[in-house]
Amino acid sequence: MAGLLKKTNSPNNAVYGGLGGWLMLPAWAVIGIFLVLPVLMMLVYSFLTKEFRGGVIWEFSMAAYDQFFFDRGLFGDDPPVIEWTYITIFWRSIWQAALATFFCLIIGFPTAWFIATRAGKNRSVWLFLITIPYWVNLLIRTISMKFLIRDTGPLNEWLIASGLISEPIHMINTNFAVQLGLFYSYLPFMVLPIYASVERYNFALSEAAADLYASRWTTLRRIILPTVRPGIIAGCILVFVPSLGAFLAPDLLGGAKNFMIGSLIEEQFKGNAGNWPFGAAASMILLSMVLIVLTFYARAQGKEGAR
Amino acid sequence: MNTLLKTWASVLALTLAATGAQAEGKLSIYHWFEYIPQELLDKFAAEYDVEVTMDTFDSNEAMLASLKAGKMGTYDVAVPGDYMVEIMAGEGMLDRFEPSELSNFGNIAPQWLDVGFDPGRHSSIPYQWGSTSFSVNRDVYKGDINTSDILFNPPAELQGKINMLDSQGEVLALASMHLGIPQCTSDRDQLKALNALLQSQKPNWASFSSDGAKDVLVSGDAAAGMIWNGFSAKAREEGANIEYAFPKEGFVVWMDNVVLLKDAPNRANALLFMNFLLEPENAAAVTNYAQYTSGVTGVLVFLEESVANAPELSPPDGQKGEFIMACPQEVQAVYDKIWTDLKK
Repeated sequence: MAGLLKKTNSPNNAVYGGLGGWLMLPAWAVIGIFLVLPVLMMLVYSFLTKEFRGGVIWEFSMAAYDQFFFDRGLFGDDPPVIEWTYITIFWRSIWQAALATFFCLIIGFPTAWFIATRAGKNRSVWLFLITIPYWVNLLIRTISMKFLIRDTGPLNEWLIASGLISEPIHMINTNFAVQLGLFYSYLPFMVLPIYASVERYNFALSEAAADLYASRWTTLRRIILPTVRPGIIAGCILVFVPSLGAFLAPDLLGGAKNFMIGSLIEEQFKGNAGNWPFGAAASMILLSMVLIVLTFYARAQGKEGAR
Repeated sequence: MNTLLKTWASVLALTLAATGAQAEGKLSIYHWFEYIPQELLDKFAAEYDVEVTMDTFDSNEAMLASLKAGKMGTYDVAVPGDYMVEIMAGEGMLDRFEPSELSNFGNIAPQWLDVGFDPGRHSSIPYQWGSTSFSVNRDVYKGDINTSDILFNPPAELQGKINMLDSQGEVLALASMHLGIPQCTSDRDQLKALNALLQSQKPNWASFSSDGAKDVLVSGDAAAGMIWNGFSAKAREEGANIEYAFPKEGFVVWMDNVVLLKDAPNRANALLFMNFLLEPENAAAVTNYAQYTSGVTGVLVFLEESVANAPELSPPDGQKGEFIMACPQEVQAVYDKIWTDLKK
């Protein structure tokens, strides 16, 4: 049986032999058409001249990047100084995304651990429960969250009825609400990869550590965390990256008062600004940041492999 | 292998035949959200045996962007506001028709016939018109509301409880009226004052939302909010104790228009639909639903009484609104900067 399995898994087997690289064609086509091409288009657009009220003129221009980094005053004719507006917006997004990642990790790791240590049948039930909210569209879930936390919403009403507070806690349209939305939206993206790692963890290792008089804390730090690290890193990336570009939570829960990267980019295409090159440039800068994060991940993985 | 090929060929042929047969009876509409009753679309579909599809947008600018990004040629009609009709015509996005192509053309109310944004109505017909100002929850604030101080210098009861429309043009227009400066001014001191006003008032505003403008008033999340008059009437009907204001500093009037798009795949059906909307009974159905004012004569008899007498639709004597202007490029650049600074 083992021999047979090995044979079918081998790339040299008779059935698919010769086709080799062609089998990758659909994947490459999808990546090429739906990923590489649009990104290249954005890259090109970011270096074009903006057309009034949306669109581009096919002339090379650095104006979009200039606008991002240099401030020339309200009327555009002051001597250039560093533009803090967009850096502030990016920093806010990074900070919110990092916080969401942190909270997801704090809650997600114990959850994943709990699920992975249940008996086989219960495990699938718990996993099933984790995925249930994802059957509902993100927009609907975000709006429901808004209903839940508004000043006259059920949460505040319950707190008041229980006598814990006398005035409603103002949560809607605050950074707290945005954070809550991000955390809630992406929590399963943290739980599932960590679960996958913990599930493969050989608990005999913990027992061995205990036999060698390691404290529980040492076992966690020296044995468990290094073993499930790939899952943790994958989870962190899956939460951090989409949080960075999120615009539903800031719009609906944050009251659209403060741009995050996603809403800033949206405004360039859908708003009055109609500044496509600038929107493209902001996307490119965001993309570069994501690539830097992923490079760090790849490096960390590489080191892991070398060890 | 051969059989498989044959099967696929016949499936393909059938699909092509099917779409070919349906394409004659199609109409594709690009419309604002919550602006036309489904029954009216169904009525048109049944009357002319046309399959109607509709996509929606939440701002004139979003519609323009989507059309510019490659949606031209997929929709037959769109419903831009006044200044946007002018912009779209300038961009060459509108087709022209002759009044003789619409048998109900004569139903257009005289004051909406020869409008600045489409002289002689060769690309558009009136849909609904109304105003933009704001509404105030009367349980929260009982003082005088017919002043733009409510938004730009609010009384203590309303501070931090105001929703603004997430719409640069309308916010900056009302702010300009509040300051008594012309729209799209290029005077630097006036623009600086406009910027300073918005910066200083931001802490008083709870949120920016256009499609949520009604819900925040009904739910009580906002005690006052910028809103369109008909949307405010709907909020009032849904139980909010709100009153729509006609500020003495001025308010925005607008007219939405059904335009015939260039390269419309179903031009004939588009004209049928426009003609259909000029029928007083159908125009009244839109008004009864959206609660704005129709630009068609003879609708009054078809209006529900509550709509015909809605306070939101009748500004006090002598109060006049202003159309939004499409600013020239240099001013628009400053407006964009002011808006980004406001939301940074």
